[in-house]
Amino acid sequence: MLFELRDVSLSRGGRRVLDAVSAEIEQGATAIVGPSGSGKSTLLRLLDRLADPDEGAISYRGRPLRELDPLALRREVALVPQLPSLLPGTVESNLVFAAGLAGEQLEAGRCLRLAGLDEGFAGRDVDELSVGERQRAMLARALTQKPCVLLLDEPTSALDREARDAVEAALLRLREELAISLVVVSHDPEQARRLASRAVRLDRGRVTACGALERALA
Amino acid sequence: MSTSIQVSLGQVAAALALVALAVAVSFWRRADLERDIVVATVRSFVQLTAIGYAIELIFEADTIWLVLALLSVMIGFGTLTARSRAKKVPGAFWPLLIGLTVAAATTLGLLVGLGIFEPTPRYLVPVGGMVIGNAMTASAVALNRLGDELGESRAAIEATLALGATAREAAAPFVRRALRSGTITLVDSTKTTGLIFFPGTMVGMLLAGADPIDAVRLQLILLYALLGSVATSALVATGLAYRNFFTPAEQLRELGN
Repeated sequence: MLFELRDVSLSRGGRRVLDAVSAEIEQGATAIVGPSGSGKSTLLRLLDRLADPDEGAISYRGRPLRELDPLALRREVALVPQLPSLLPGTVESNLVFAAGLAGEQLEAGRCLRLAGLDEGFAGRDVDELSVGERQRAMLARALTQKPCVLLLDEPTSALDREARDAVEAALLRLREELAISLVVVSHDPEQARRLASRAVRLDRGRVTACGALERALA
Repeated sequence: MSTSIQVSLGQVAAALALVALAVAVSFWRRADLERDIVVATVRSFVQLTAIGYAIELIFEADTIWLVLALLSVMIGFGTLTARSRAKKVPGAFWPLLIGLTVAAATTLGLLVGLGIFEPTPRYLVPVGGMVIGNAMTASAVALNRLGDELGESRAAIEATLALGATAREAAAPFVRRALRSGTITLVDSTKTTGLIFFPGTMVGMLLAGADPIDAVRLQLILLYALLGSVATSALVATGLAYRNFFTPAEQLRELGN
């Protein structure tokens, strides 16, 4: 079991964003689906301990999240946010920074290729990249840390169809070649079908279905 | 001190003619500042007269404890004033208080330790006042900027935290910019000093009849001391305050909810 959530609740600004959420996320690929505002992104942030729930407990591989070193957790479980947010400079300087944090040897070309970018992107300034390229550079940056799990928040929301297909192909390749587990937030059930085998469905902060993909999406 | 001039109350009163000019300009152009100008004039008269007598007492008592007490009061007021300007920074009081104290202590300590000034009220009181006043402005500007930067860059900071960076690493570029903005004003005005404006100490000494070269040298010492104190206070205040935006688990705190 990768993640286990028990009665997780969280309020922000007087609004209950997550309401007694219980779910199990297994190894492999899981989609978190639901309409916008249903708490999907918040749930993803909790899994990376970028915030803590007000109530309830979350565990990662059987250990309570609060007992783990948050920095080590975030290198093992990499979150790629919805809006690409790279550090100023070149793509390569971003990769160097991330690899350095994780104490990993940088294999820039490999990470870029895995993310669906060619090696020539290493020297590009992040300001010159399109949104789709930035999103893939974010993915490449996360991969430099050799994570076991990728948490992806609407990884293709800002992309045209062609770029979306490229990112999805890259994600499927990661699953197959590196056995990285994926937790993908998506508002699009079709994307969930293409990428995941299991799903958690949220509606207004509550879990309405959890389990095998087709059953959860039905 | 050999240079000393006598200024009568009559001379001060005569200078009010220029205040009248300011009021007239405001009235004529409907700037609606007459009331503020009068309040500013009265307040400056009362405050400066009071501090003048206080300093006279401290000079006469000639004890270091009274000097330290006065400097502590200045640091206290400076901290409160700076905090009211840095509203977006949670828990700004302690970083500002520590920043001002460290800046005052190191600057005055070095000036005395290097033998530049004697540790007497005549030097410590006026120099301390300048040092604390400038440090206050600089750290208020720096923290104000820090609050803006960290508030506007939440997504970028969280993206860096998500890589397993510490709060310190994630905030570093913004802390750097805040420090810069707190210090840059004095650096710029130091560059143009003597060309575009004459700084106050030099003007005062020239009016008091001092030799121009002496006036310039004292002014240079004070400018250099202020650069040191401004950089120190902004460094300490931003270096402590950024942490208040984060939880112990290296999470960006939710603010304003």
